[in-house]
Amino acid sequence: MASALINVPARAKRGEIIEIKTLISHVMETGFRRTQVGAVIPRNIIRRFVCTYNGTEVFSADLHPAISANPFFVFSTVATESGTLAFTWTGDNGFSVTESATITVE
Amino acid sequence: MPRTSRREFLKAAGGVAASLGLAAVIKVEPARATPSEMQEAIRKTIGAGRVTPGKVKLELPPLIENGNAVPLTISVDSPMTEAQHVRAVHVFTEKNPQPYVVTFHLGPRAGRARVATRMRLADSQNVTAICELSDGSFWSDSVSIVVTLAACLEDGI
Repeated sequence: MASALINVPARAKRGEIIEIKTLISHVMETGFRRTQVGAVIPRNIIRRFVCTYNGTEVFSADLHPAISANPFFVFSTVATESGTLAFTWTGDNGFSVTESATITVE
Repeated sequence: MPRTSRREFLKAAGGVAASLGLAAVIKVEPARATPSEMQEAIRKTIGAGRVTPGKVKLELPPLIENGNAVPLTISVDSPMTEAQHVRAVHVFTEKNPQPYVVTFHLGPRAGRARVATRMRLADSQNVTAICELSDGSFWSDSVSIVVTLAACLEDGI
């Protein structure tokens, strides 16, 4: 159901600051909306996003209902070594998605 | 004994119906966060720290048509070294149903203190970004934004 788009440069120079863009498909239902018969639509959001670089956390975010549907993040990190960047989104109703990207540092 | 005229009866009945009607009006919209609630939320998040305007720059369009996806960029004037870096960036709103928007956790590994995302806005209002530096100081920036189509509160399904 959920699909994530990640934009990480494939190669970088050592010490270079790289920009990372992530987008994941998710409704981010706020829990404040109602159906036409007045029933509250239960909240269903992503609560946390974490990016790790070879196992070390480099960026994370705590999300609230005020984040748009299909959460989009742009952030940066320093290319220190070749390896894997792992991205994890966790949220309500047991939502959990992990994606990874590899980077070659010269 | 004077008989109740039809006119009087209708008047009385109407009055009862109106008062019942008023009582039947229930609050459908969720309560919105107010500027004071935002201040409370800020206090809850950052504790007793003193917040000074400056250093952090919150970029939002001055007018947005669709409050469902408002792009925002936050950049902080920081060298992002081990000794001096941004620890966290918090975003708050005044009039959304909740004052909290997002908290970013950064560190020296970020390289550059610049993050971007998209948020929802329920009304034209002020948005505040507060950054927490590694020396424990807090810096803030506020931007006023006009929203034509509000998010969060429209009917679903």
